[in-house]
Amino acid sequence: MKITINGEAKELRDGLSITELLVVENVEMPEMVSVQLNDEFLKQDEYAATIVKEGDDINFLYFMGGGA
Amino acid sequence: MRDFSDEELERYSRHIILEDVGIEGQEKILNSKVLIIGAGGLGSPVALYLAAAGVGEIGIVDGDVVDLSNLQRQVIHTTSEVGTAKVISAKRKMEAINPNIKVTVYQTMLDASNILEIVKGYDFIIDGTDNFSAKFLINDACIIANKPYSHGGILRFGGQTMTIKPHESACYACVFDSPPPANAIPTCSSAGILGAVAGMLGTIQATEALKVIVGVGEPLYNRLLSFDAKAMSFRNINFKKNPKCRVCGGEGIKELRDYEAVVCEMKR
Repeated sequence: MKITINGEAKELRDGLSITELLVVENVEMPEMVSVQLNDEFLKQDEYAATIVKEGDDINFLYFMGGGA
Repeated sequence: MRDFSDEELERYSRHIILEDVGIEGQEKILNSKVLIIGAGGLGSPVALYLAAAGVGEIGIVDGDVVDLSNLQRQVIHTTSEVGTAKVISAKRKMEAINPNIKVTVYQTMLDASNILEIVKGYDFIIDGTDNFSAKFLINDACIIANKPYSHGGILRFGGQTMTIKPHESACYACVFDSPPPANAIPTCSSAGILGAVAGMLGTIQATEALKVIVGVGEPLYNRLLSFDAKAMSFRNINFKKNPKCRVCGGEGIKELRDYEAVVCEMKR
């Protein structure tokens, strides 16, 4: 399955949920990202039931709280 | 049109000769009012550049005093000012750069009880705060008060920023919804920040403020600019306003509340 993650083309096995994708992609703190799937932002309680499909465009947007 | 003095014509000549700014654009800058929330890593470069640009009235908010550990990145403060209120230290440098501007200081921390009263007097707001409770509160207040603003966040070698036009472009909560759990948050004090990275992001925020004031170019509406200074790679992530957004969608929010403020340590 070919998908795009953070602008990069990736080849991953079929049937992954967003929860599993976060593990495969080594996102250390899933609670610190907002997941965008094809222009829509997912709620955290939707991750497990959302299955990634061929051609999906996914972005992980990290919370950044610094400024001082 | 106002009459520019010879001093002003010379001071702002490099703006005025810019085709997209010109005398009209510089007049807009001189007539503008910008509020900078936080006189730290982001607020320092923003305050220096907006003062230099001639933003007519600049408000600056911070309740802290200058600490020795601030000086690695908070370039508006100096070694001799350790212990001085940050807003006082910042005002000195801004007025030294440009005595023609008016600087108003708010030596306080913003919360739900005072933020609307303060932001209402300004045309554009800069988020230069260092915690999520403040960032979400600023977003809520700017949506309610209908004030365009610049969100900024930095961590380690990275930064992100977006510009928000309330009720027209996506807001911070359209993208990030709610503050992350407190025990998961790495902060600059626990995770570190390369000082120059704060300058990179702050100067982008100052540029965005000036673009919106002058009405030139394409502000970072409906996109997040994210960079990683280690790879020195920059990326735009595009999105749209979320019609179901907790803050700016549908009914949206009507009243402010304080988000839980917790002192957080990085998860090990």
